[in-house]
Amino acid sequence: MAMTMVEKILAQATGRGSTQAGDVVEPRVDLAMSHENAALVLNQFHEIYQGTGLDARVWDPQKIAIIFDHRVPAESSKTATNQKKVREFVGKQGITKFHDIRGDEGGICHQILPENGYVRPGTVVVGTDSHTTSHGALGAFAFGIGATEMASVWALGSVLNVEVPATIKVLVHGEFRRNVLPKDLILYLIGQLTAEGANFKVIEFHGEAIARMPTSGRLTICNMSVEAGATSGIVPPDTETLRYLKDVAGVEEDPSLFGPDPDAVYERIVEIDASTLVPQIACPHTVDNVRTVDAIAGTAVQQIVIGSCTNGRLDDIAIAAEILQGKKVARGVRMLVFPASGRIFREAMKAGYLMTLMDAGAIIANSGCGPCLGVHQGALGNGEVALSTTNRNFKGRMGNPNSEVYLCSPAVAAASALTGVITDPRTES
Amino acid sequence: MANVVLKLGDDISTDIIYPGRFMATVLPIETPQYAFADLLAFNSQLQAGAIPRGSVIVAGKNFGCGSSREQAASCLKGPELVIVAQHFARIFLQNSINLGLRTVICPDLEAEMGDEIEVTEEKVLNKTSGKSSPIVPLPEARQAIIEAGGLIAFTRQRLLQQQEKI
Repeated sequence: MAMTMVEKILAQATGRGSTQAGDVVEPRVDLAMSHENAALVLNQFHEIYQGTGLDARVWDPQKIAIIFDHRVPAESSKTATNQKKVREFVGKQGITKFHDIRGDEGGICHQILPENGYVRPGTVVVGTDSHTTSHGALGAFAFGIGATEMASVWALGSVLNVEVPATIKVLVHGEFRRNVLPKDLILYLIGQLTAEGANFKVIEFHGEAIARMPTSGRLTICNMSVEAGATSGIVPPDTETLRYLKDVAGVEEDPSLFGPDPDAVYERIVEIDASTLVPQIACPHTVDNVRTVDAIAGTAVQQIVIGSCTNGRLDDIAIAAEILQGKKVARGVRMLVFPASGRIFREAMKAGYLMTLMDAGAIIANSGCGPCLGVHQGALGNGEVALSTTNRNFKGRMGNPNSEVYLCSPAVAAASALTGVITDPRTES
Repeated sequence: MANVVLKLGDDISTDIIYPGRFMATVLPIETPQYAFADLLAFNSQLQAGAIPRGSVIVAGKNFGCGSSREQAASCLKGPELVIVAQHFARIFLQNSINLGLRTVICPDLEAEMGDEIEVTEEKVLNKTSGKSSPIVPLPEARQAIIEAGGLIAFTRQRLLQQQEKI
């Protein structure tokens, strides 16, 4: 029976010969990730054991990852207390993949997992975060779940009652033009599919533009697959995956690589020519409200944000530094840059990017999720407009329902920081 | 029997249901105070206890899109609201099933604020307009979790079964 990438992964994770879209399975979990919401997970976890007489021990402390990133350093005593509870739980259970608030090994969960080699091709990854879809970039089936579902995983080591999702195949031909980036591809695709177009489905990426795309870009497109409703995005692993695992993530053993069967059944196939793509902007207040940059150029912005699990990686920061080199952020515009991890922060420092950005007037914040979802720093004032490389522009997303968020690539964000209005990075010299 | 207390459109995100700035609050007993916090009139009615249990929220497509935050389900479960939507986003739907929040998939529903609604096994009956609309049943696998009383009870059963086998 021919299988898609995810059908194959689930067949392997359930010890079956094959699975097909629509089957109900209980896959074993290879990696279970949480952030600060581990405070809720552990509450639900203890509730599961209530009255059972069983000792509340997680199924495998080496397969659980907990990364503090949403509100770091803590913005309130409530958060600090939750983080303290989680820290105590981590110690008691012997959880090994714990990343506390540190400059050496801390950062945003969706960067920490890949850069530390925690994510392997062909595995099942769950996370109490909707952007867990990111890890499909390394060929894993990675999807977001709620806190109670995670508590169940901590207890059993498997996810109960998963319906094998159907798959949409996205074939990206051609080569990206200068200052057109993976973010533009995924925004364009979300515009085409709509916010619900891939609900309960997987997006499997193929084609020469994907083959040439570094893992950082693949993380961006898989990350935002959820904005079309997708359970997961996935890139079948290839030589780039091996390069990343070995050179960046420090994985020594050779992972077993497999792709989908050539005659796998897809729900639909979407073809995109990368060479015709132009910079895209998701306009308020839904991510599928996508327009080309020229249709919206000239819109005044007060805050530029470069960072997050979507676009806070080294090449994102490098593009911004290149565009801002020797220039100034326009007066009246605040530019916030928050690298995706401590490691990226340090690499960006060494490369001089952060100095360039600060000289231009940008503020560099520590690695974290805060501004993206309005929980910590970077809130907008009434009537203000932000242009951001993050992943959501829902009403109120940046902490104020009376503000607007536009989403874009780091090149658009940097070019617009210079002018104070939404600007096409292809025209900014 | 219940009334429609809130009528919403398509793509209602978890940021609207439970704004991110309240995410440091996690426990299900504490989250209802922030349900639809930016819809000020509805939130204050809810906080004042002016919305009867079992009241209905009607919405369009893709209700609960966005974040996996379980607060978005627990804040509606607390006051025992019923959500009738054309369809739901995946993680929100799963969270609702896991916590026992009543979610009803009804693609053809027509209802206005204040309409009197009765939800049966197969259909949603709008008693005000006299129209009835069929429900799309939940997949069997999900039904098993609901029947067990939610995912905590379901997982507990599973743990005890595993224990017996050992």
